Amino acid sequence: MFKHHAKLETNIFFLAVGILLTIVVGGLVEVIPLFSIESTIEKVDGVRPYTPLELAGRNIYIREGCYNCHSQMIRPFKDEVERYGHYSLAAESKYDHPFQWGSKRTGPDLARVGGKYTNDWQVRHLINPRDVVPGSIMPGYKHLTRSLEYSDIASHLKVNRIVGVPYTDAQIVNAKKDVEEQVFSDAGSSPAVLASYPKAMIGKASINLSTANPKVVTEMDALVAYLQVLGTMVDFKTVDDTKIRR
Amino acid sequence: MSINTEATPYCEDVIKKFAIAAVFWGVVGFLAGDFIALQLAFPVLNLDLEWTSFGRLRPVHTSAVIFAFGGNVLFATSLYIVQRTSRASLFGGNGLGGFIFYGFQSFIVLAALSYVLGFSQGQEYAEPEWILDLYLTVIWVAYLIAFAGTIMKRKEPHIYVANWFFFAMILTIAMLHLGNNIAIPVSLTKSYNVFGGVQNAMTQWWYGHNAVGFFLTAGFLGIMYYFVPKRANRPVYSYRLSIVHFWALIFLYIWAGPHHLHYTALPDWAQTLGMTFSVMLWMPSWGGMINGLMTLSGAWDKLRTDPVMRFLVSSVAFYGMSTFEGPMMSIKAVNSLSHYTDWGIGHVHSGALGWVAFVSFGALYDLIPKLWGRKEVYSLKLVGVHFWVATIGIVLYITAMWISGIMQGLMWRAYDSLGFLQYSFIETVEAMHPYYVIRATGGFLFVLGALVMVYNVYKTIKGDVADEAYASAASGAR
Repeated sequence: MFKHHAKLETNIFFLAVGILLTIVVGGLVEVIPLFSIESTIEKVDGVRPYTPLELAGRNIYIREGCYNCHSQMIRPFKDEVERYGHYSLAAESKYDHPFQWGSKRTGPDLARVGGKYTNDWQVRHLINPRDVVPGSIMPGYKHLTRSLEYSDIASHLKVNRIVGVPYTDAQIVNAKKDVEEQVFSDAGSSPAVLASYPKAMIGKASINLSTANPKVVTEMDALVAYLQVLGTMVDFKTVDDTKIRR
Repeated sequence: MSINTEATPYCEDVIKKFAIAAVFWGVVGFLAGDFIALQLAFPVLNLDLEWTSFGRLRPVHTSAVIFAFGGNVLFATSLYIVQRTSRASLFGGNGLGGFIFYGFQSFIVLAALSYVLGFSQGQEYAEPEWILDLYLTVIWVAYLIAFAGTIMKRKEPHIYVANWFFFAMILTIAMLHLGNNIAIPVSLTKSYNVFGGVQNAMTQWWYGHNAVGFFLTAGFLGIMYYFVPKRANRPVYSYRLSIVHFWALIFLYIWAGPHHLHYTALPDWAQTLGMTFSVMLWMPSWGGMINGLMTLSGAWDKLRTDPVMRFLVSSVAFYGMSTFEGPMMSIKAVNSLSHYTDWGIGHVHSGALGWVAFVSFGALYDLIPKLWGRKEVYSLKLVGVHFWVATIGIVLYITAMWISGIMQGLMWRAYDSLGFLQYSFIETVEAMHPYYVIRATGGFLFVLGALVMVYNVYKTIKGDVADEAYASAASGAR
C-alpha cells in the first residue's frame, strides 16, 4: 500500500484526483438525499411565504446579525418545549433563504416569539432592551425608527420565486402595495393582504412612539412584523402528532 | 537524483508581505474579538450605533481572525514551504504573488466594511455577499495556480507531506466556497441563497465545519509538518502515519458537519452520520498530533531552551486537546447540553487560540528572521513572554467558557421542586456576567501577547539583537 502511494506523491494530477474523490463523498451522501427523501420536510398546513413587509423585516434581522445570538430552532426537549413552545419543524423554515436556525443562544430562541409580546413591547425592547428587561445585554437598535427602503421589494419576491418560494404573479405585482397595506391598515381590520398572507400582523408597530412618523413605513415596522409571525404559521392543534414525530 | 548545488532563487518579497499582513491582521482580529467579548459583559459598549453593535462586529472578528490572520499565515507559510520543498521558485513569481497579496488584502477590507455597513448573507463564516464571493474566487484560483504551478516546476521527485495538506486545503475550500455560496442576486449588495431551510442548514454546516477542518486544520497541519521538523532538526516521526492520517482526515472531516445540527429539524439519519464520523475523526486527528509531537524524539530539551519550539509543541498539544473535546461534544447526549451555550465558544477558542494561533506564532517567529536574513528573532526572551502571557489568556478564556457553558446548559433545563422551569432566560444571562468578564480578561492577555510579538517582529526586521547569549544557545536549533 505504502509503496503505491508514491504514485500520488510524485504526480500532482493523481494527487488532485485522489483528494477530490476523497472529499466529495461525504457531502454528496449527506446533502443529496435531503432533496429526494420526501419525509425530510413534514407535510403540515399553514406555512406560507413571508409578506413583503415580513421579508423586508427578515432582511433587517440578517443585516443586524441577530443570528449571532438568537437561534430559531427549538429542540424536542421537555424544557425547551415548555420554555419556547412546540419543537421546530423543517417545514416551518422551508421558505427561509437563508435559514436562520442559529448556533448560539446568548439571547433566547426566537422560533416562536410571534405573538408572545405586544408590538409596543417589541418596539421598546428593540430601541433599548434594558427599558423592559433590566438584565439584558442586547444592543439597542434606535436606528430602526428610520424609514424602510422598499422600492425594489418586488424584485426580492421575484428572486425568492427563482430559488423556490411559491410567490404568485399577483403577489409580486402587489408587493409594494402590500407593504403599505399591511402597515397602514387598522389593527384588527381585514385588508386584502391578509387573504393572500394569513396570520400576518396588521397595523403599524411603532405608532405609539413619539419618534415614529405615522406617515412612513419604518424598518421597525418591518422587523416587528417579521418577529410577530415567527412560529405562528402552523396551528399545532390541527397537526397529527404521529406525522411529525422524530 | 543528483544534488543540485545551485541556489534556487526563491520569491520571498511576497512572502515577507504576507508575513507582515498576518501579524497586522492578527492584532486587529484579536482586538475585535476582545471588544465584542467586552460588549457581552458591558452592553453599553455597543454604543447604540448601528455600525458598532455585536451583531455586525462579530463577523468582523471571525473573518479577521480566520480569513485575514489565518489566511495570511497560510499564504505566507504555504508559498514559502512549497518553494523550499520543491526547490523551485514561485510559479508566476512576485507578479502573481503580488496579485494574490493585494487581491486578498482588499477582499478583507471590503468584507469587513460590508459587514459594518450591514451587508451580509446571514450565514456564519460565509457572510460576504455574492460579489465579494466572486472576487475571492478569482484570488483563490490565482493561489491554486501559483501553488500547483510551483509543485509542477519542482526539482524534487516527491511532493512533500506539508504540501499534500496545503493542496487538499486549497481544493476543498474552493469546493466549499462555491457550493455554499450559490445565490441569486437582487442587487450588487443583496442575494438569496438557492438553498433554503433544512437543505441550507446542511450545506452551511458542510461548509462551516470544513472551513474549520480544512482552512484551520489541514492548512495548519501543513505548517506543522514543515516547521516542527525544521525547528527540532529532526525528521518527521512516521511517514506511514502521515499517509494514513492525511487520507483519513480529509475523508472523515467532510462528514462531520451535521454535529452542528443535533436535535434540530435535520433528519436523524444525517445527525447520526455526522456524530459517527465526528467520533471517528478523533483518530486521524490524534494521528497528526502524535506525528507532530513524536518528531521531537531526541530533541525534547528544545522545549526548555527554545521558546519558538514551545509555541509549536504547545500548539500540537492544544490541537490534541480540542480534537478530543470536539468528538466528545458531537455525541448527541453531550451536545444536548453543550449546544447553543458558551461551551461551543470555548471549544472553538481552545482550537483557534491554542492550536491555530500558536502554531502560527511559532511559524512566524521562525520564518520572519529567515526572510530578513537575521540569525534569530530580536529577542527569544520576549517570545517566551509572549508564550506565557498568551497561555494564561487562553486558560482564563477556555475555563471561563467551560464553566459558563455548562452552567447555562444546566440552568436552561433545571426544574424546581414543583415541576416548573427554575430559571427565566434572563436569569441565565445575568449569571454569565462574571465569566464574560474573565473571558474578556483572558482575551486582553492574548492581545497583549500579540503586541509583544509586534515589537519583537519590528526589532527583528530592523536588524536589532537583544540577548546574544540566548540567541547563540538556540542557534543550534536551526
